[in-house]
Amino acid sequence: MYIIVIGGGRVGYYLTKELLNEGHEVLLIEKNAVICQTINEELGSVCVQGDGCEASTLAEVGMGRADILVAVTGDDEDNLVACQVAKHKFKVPRTIARIRNPKNEVLFKKLGIDATVSTTTLILEHIEELMPSHPLTHLLMIRDKGLEIVEVKISPESATVGKAVRELSLPSASILALIIRKEQKPIVPAPDTVLQAEDQVIAVTTPESEEALRAALRGA
Amino acid sequence: MKVVIMGCGRVGAQLASLLDADGHEVVVVDNDTNSFRRLPHDFGGIALLGNGLDEEVLKKAGIEEADAFVAVTQGDNRNVMAAQIAKHIFNVPKVVCRIYDPLRQELYDMLGLEAISPTTIFAQLLREGVES
Repeated sequence: MYIIVIGGGRVGYYLTKELLNEGHEVLLIEKNAVICQTINEELGSVCVQGDGCEASTLAEVGMGRADILVAVTGDDEDNLVACQVAKHKFKVPRTIARIRNPKNEVLFKKLGIDATVSTTTLILEHIEELMPSHPLTHLLMIRDKGLEIVEVKISPESATVGKAVRELSLPSASILALIIRKEQKPIVPAPDTVLQAEDQVIAVTTPESEEALRAALRGA
Repeated sequence: MKVVIMGCGRVGAQLASLLDADGHEVVVVDNDTNSFRRLPHDFGGIALLGNGLDEEVLKKAGIEEADAFVAVTQGDNRNVMAAQIAKHIFNVPKVVCRIYDPLRQELYDMLGLEAISPTTIFAQLLREGVES
């Protein structure tokens, strides 16, 4: 595949390297001439100096035949415009944008950007996951379906310890998918599965019923 | 009419002062307090410090009740993004933005955004000046 990456910062650099390793044809566009030169010395001639939002730069690099454009500069507005120019002027089939402000996800989606990756959200979620006291962790968003996969930890103090799954008042939009228990094979929960302290419950839910799910599982 | 202006540079400040003098309710947003010095002493509107790409800041500026939104910061992309937030997230009835790059202006014009390119307009004015 022919992939064009906009922005030669750390994300752009490692992404380009990774994609090259996977055997793709990759072209990186970076504004700063010095950064551009360093990357070319290191990775071979993959980087072109220019503005990734400028139609003339994009025409020069053969944007018309690109399969994917990934915009990963540090500025949401630059990533948005790069994707819109690629999409509307060059009909690139798939555009992916990095976003810093998680709230921009809605806007980007509305404006037809095919996918967004919110680095801020990713980092927050990873830190959340590392906090032992945090009762609910987001594992995965299934965006087009409005669903998410979450993990809820059952603490020894939870009122639900010793209760069977059927006794829990789970919100209708949530499904328990798996229970991970210490030193055991993961269990697919059945109505008579009894919760134990330190269980990690993996569930599918909607963002709206997430709080009700947490309450149902922790008994609070 | 209630107008929110993003960017208090020369153009933004002058526009704010003109609209204020016409009796409109004006809020100017800029992320540098220094920029507000460009506003006249008798400016009757509101100068709000903040990033105009932040929905919270825009709400504080009253964008939800605004009749018009104008984006005139130094960055084309910032203007384009702010204008699209105003139009598609807050449904502001009248949205105008400045885009220096004529090619980008053409593209967004095609996408239904009211965008003005000072580059194109000024070049035309200069040509008239030279040829007359």
